Amino acid sequence: MSNVPADLKYTKSHEWVRTLKDGTVEVGITDHAQHALGDLVFVEVPEAGRAVKADEACAVVESVKAASDVYAPLAGEITAGNPKLSDAPETVNSDPYGEGWLMRMRPAAGAIAAAGLLSAADYSQVLAAEGG
Amino acid sequence: MGRKTPLFALHQELNARIVDFGGWDMPVQYGSQIGEHHAVRRAAGVFDVSHMCVVDLKGRRVRALLGELLANDVARLKTPGKALYSCMLNERGGVIDDLIVYFLTESFCRAVVNAGTRDTDLAWIRRHAAAFDVEVTERADLAMLAIQGPEARARAVQLLAAGDREAALALGVFVGRELGGWFVARTGYTGEDGFEIMMPAADAIAAWRRLNSLGVASCGLGARDTLRLEAGMNLYGHDMDESTDPLESGLAWTVALEPRTRAFVGRAALEAISMRGPARKLVGLLLEDRGVLRSHQKVLVPGVGEGEITSGTFSPTLGRSIALARVPAATAQRVQVDIRGKLLNAKVVKPPFVRFGKSLVT
Repeated sequence: MSNVPADLKYTKSHEWVRTLKDGTVEVGITDHAQHALGDLVFVEVPEAGRAVKADEACAVVESVKAASDVYAPLAGEITAGNPKLSDAPETVNSDPYGEGWLMRMRPAAGAIAAAGLLSAADYSQVLAAEGG
Repeated sequence: MGRKTPLFALHQELNARIVDFGGWDMPVQYGSQIGEHHAVRRAAGVFDVSHMCVVDLKGRRVRALLGELLANDVARLKTPGKALYSCMLNERGGVIDDLIVYFLTESFCRAVVNAGTRDTDLAWIRRHAAAFDVEVTERADLAMLAIQGPEARARAVQLLAAGDREAALALGVFVGRELGGWFVARTGYTGEDGFEIMMPAADAIAAWRRLNSLGVASCGLGARDTLRLEAGMNLYGHDMDESTDPLESGLAWTVALEPRTRAFVGRAALEAISMRGPARKLVGLLLEDRGVLRSHQKVLVPGVGEGEITSGTFSPTLGRSIALARVPAATAQRVQVDIRGKLLNAKVVKPPFVRFGKSLVT
């Protein structure tokens, strides 16, 4: 069973979203996603200042097997990409909800409400439906 | 649902991730793919390669048949048990498959062909065999385990009767023999020492469990692919196929144009290509920038033209990305690879990248 922390929000495409105290959000991929991908060997994160639409491909995670896009869970501006991942992409495998975060974003006005993010319970149901 | 090897139930029990490979349900990894890769480079791992097709060829004129079917020359095989790697070509010189053939006696050879080309190969071999009165038998009753790594042979011989171990350890490189009802060969697809063992299907699960207990790690097709690519070995369907010939696939060393009297299928086409010089070649690439080379990425050769990556991956041993690529023959040392619209720098190198645990490139 994969780990789905109760305090985060999720997308059907297996990103998680954490709201930080200053109103920005932190985004990563879920434990389920990192497990499905396998050992990550390369991560490309977006640069600060980039404006992204909801569901826009904005990061790439590559395992030994394949490259996969990571989508912006909501509209906004990138405030940071995780700089540690270029040297240690495996951090996403070992700590997907912590040190393995991919990017931080400042949500556009109303973007969080518009994004239709899933609760932990709803995301767990998505996983159950996928057989994961 | 795909076809299953005799080890399928065990793969499930070991929590392997199962994927389709050439119509077979095969384990791609059991745990960490990189961990499995390192296990083979540093100690020993076992792979289920039972999906590959073992074909026994029996008849007085078996050498003559193989002399016609194969681009490499079976006349080079003089001692019983010796194996030869060869391409089997069509009339245009395109590669129908690559295979290993063991010379066992003057009237018995055993070929091992790829899973995905099994039906094409069997039909092609049978079509030619009729004229030579050679009997072609698919040995679907056999399982095949590849045990690979610096510790592989020492551990694998523990599976054999005490009296057979010395004989197994004495096998030369690319030689196989029957021992206690199994066919044990010192061959592989990883760039490490080891055995490939063909055995009755009913023996396979117990053999695998015993290997695990001897410290031989279960390894999936994922690690097999990164290991063979580091070893600079081609994968059929990726690095060559019926539309490419061995000369542009890094396999000129497997084509025996001498003696000129041997009329093998594809010979005329290869002679013509050889005369004018192949337009393309298969090279190794070492990525200098960050990223991962993948098959079908475009290769740009400044001032020369374009090529394409045929196999690419992250090399766990080197900690950087490597690839095989088909490029214009005039390609020198530097190329660029288009990865998602970005041009990254790569160096042209001569494979293999890794052999016996050691990096051969810088």
